[in-house]
Amino acid sequence: MFRRVLIANRGAIARRVVAACTALGIETVAVFSDADADAPHLAEASASFRLPGERAADTYLNQRALLAALESSGADAVHPGYGFLAENAAFARAVAASDATFIGPDPRWLETMGDKVAARALAAEHAFPVLAGSHRLSDPDSLLASAEAIGYPLMLKPTAGGGGIGMVVVRTPGELRAAVSRSSTLAQRSFGDGGLFVERWIESSRHVEFQVLGDGRGKAVHFHERECSVQRRNQKVIEESPAPGIDRSELETMAERSRAFVAEIGYDSVGTLETLRAGAGDYGFLEMNTRIQVEHGVTEMITGVDLVVSQIRLAAGEKLPPPAAIDGHAVEARIYAEHPRTLLPSTGKLTVFEPPHGLHGVRVDTGYQTGQRVTPYYDPLLAKVISHGRTREQAIGRLLVALTAFRIDGVHTNAALLKAVLGDDDFLAGRLDTGYLSRFLENLPESADV
Amino acid sequence: MRHEVESEVQGSVWKVETEVGRTVAVGDVLMILESMKMEIPVEAPVAGTLVALLVVPEDAVAENQVLAVIDDGG
Repeated sequence: MFRRVLIANRGAIARRVVAACTALGIETVAVFSDADADAPHLAEASASFRLPGERAADTYLNQRALLAALESSGADAVHPGYGFLAENAAFARAVAASDATFIGPDPRWLETMGDKVAARALAAEHAFPVLAGSHRLSDPDSLLASAEAIGYPLMLKPTAGGGGIGMVVVRTPGELRAAVSRSSTLAQRSFGDGGLFVERWIESSRHVEFQVLGDGRGKAVHFHERECSVQRRNQKVIEESPAPGIDRSELETMAERSRAFVAEIGYDSVGTLETLRAGAGDYGFLEMNTRIQVEHGVTEMITGVDLVVSQIRLAAGEKLPPPAAIDGHAVEARIYAEHPRTLLPSTGKLTVFEPPHGLHGVRVDTGYQTGQRVTPYYDPLLAKVISHGRTREQAIGRLLVALTAFRIDGVHTNAALLKAVLGDDDFLAGRLDTGYLSRFLENLPESADV
Repeated sequence: MRHEVESEVQGSVWKVETEVGRTVAVGDVLMILESMKMEIPVEAPVAGTLVALLVVPEDAVAENQVLAVIDDGG
């Protein structure tokens, strides 16, 4: 097992990794930008290193600074968390070259799955259902020709990257032509690669994903699904498991297919197969995420498995955890620092930041505390509030109680909007699809207090 | 009359899409700001002539900071 792990991340996931390492008796080394000098996990880690600067490019994305911290800290492994360098193969190789272990999959998986077109092809090769889609294309004319063959509506996507950046639904050739240069520029700027492709888009489909772990030697285990259809700007807002209103045997079939896929290819870490569900039994591969996910806590709440501990153990050469049955229901709500209607980010000092505590069946993952500043340099996620109950109704009820008890002041948040969604008839009935939240916002009366 | 165009967010300037002296219509994108990994277009609130651009790419901007000035000719 590792002796000391450097955490190349910030916020809630940095804190989460500190907790997992502590449970395993491993020392932790935190890093922090100048904007995060008062982050709570710095006191929880065994040691911390300053990354001079504020912008992500100068700090948490700065490989040279992180590798210098790795060397001087004497850490023998690096946990990349999610986002930042978590799926960067060059960084993973540089960590290995420094005689430390990158806690994640072999870099070749970061490359294969990071290339969305290559990932689709691999999934198809292993009989995992994929949506009709094109190859990597760069000029509008080839994209238009492919689009004609696949049919509208379509999703235009960068071949690299993630987080919904540069992804846009197009319904006509005119829209496609207009979207190509913008998406390509965005992708070039965000991921250093402007390549695009088009993929069939299904209106009213659901985002259902499957949690897997592979040992790289032909064995793998799945931990069921997460339903993540409540999204804005292709980013998740509410996630839950089990997925409501879908036949259990259908979900288990897809979870088993996901498990078999990672076992067959020899994938060697935690991962998630994201799919779009068009209708009963009709799934299409979206992408495979080769890291711990933001919403991993949902799965932990219904299985009792510690996914971060399992990931670290796997990286240290230990065995996979055994499969676990679903116990009850879990729902996660992401509190973002944003204006709930315009979705514009909101920065400022957290004059009050008091997560609920002592509530039965409630877990809060956050990297913030009272007095800290929410800056424009990183993503707007303030906290993940996760509840567990015997039934979906009980879990939703507990989440509502927790969100009501959570006190935040100093920035605008979507907390009231989350509560409104949790009380919405369609949400409660499990009538979910990826367009749900934008419709909900459109139909929200001016007078509604969100 | 002169109209000041203010930033709705704290962030930085990613890209300036116009220049001083240009005629702008309501809704024209003047520049794109970046905050919390999001791109926030700044649109012309009125039609007129852009008479001042007060920021350049990479500049940090505060909420309510004046970014540009448009003269509506009236």
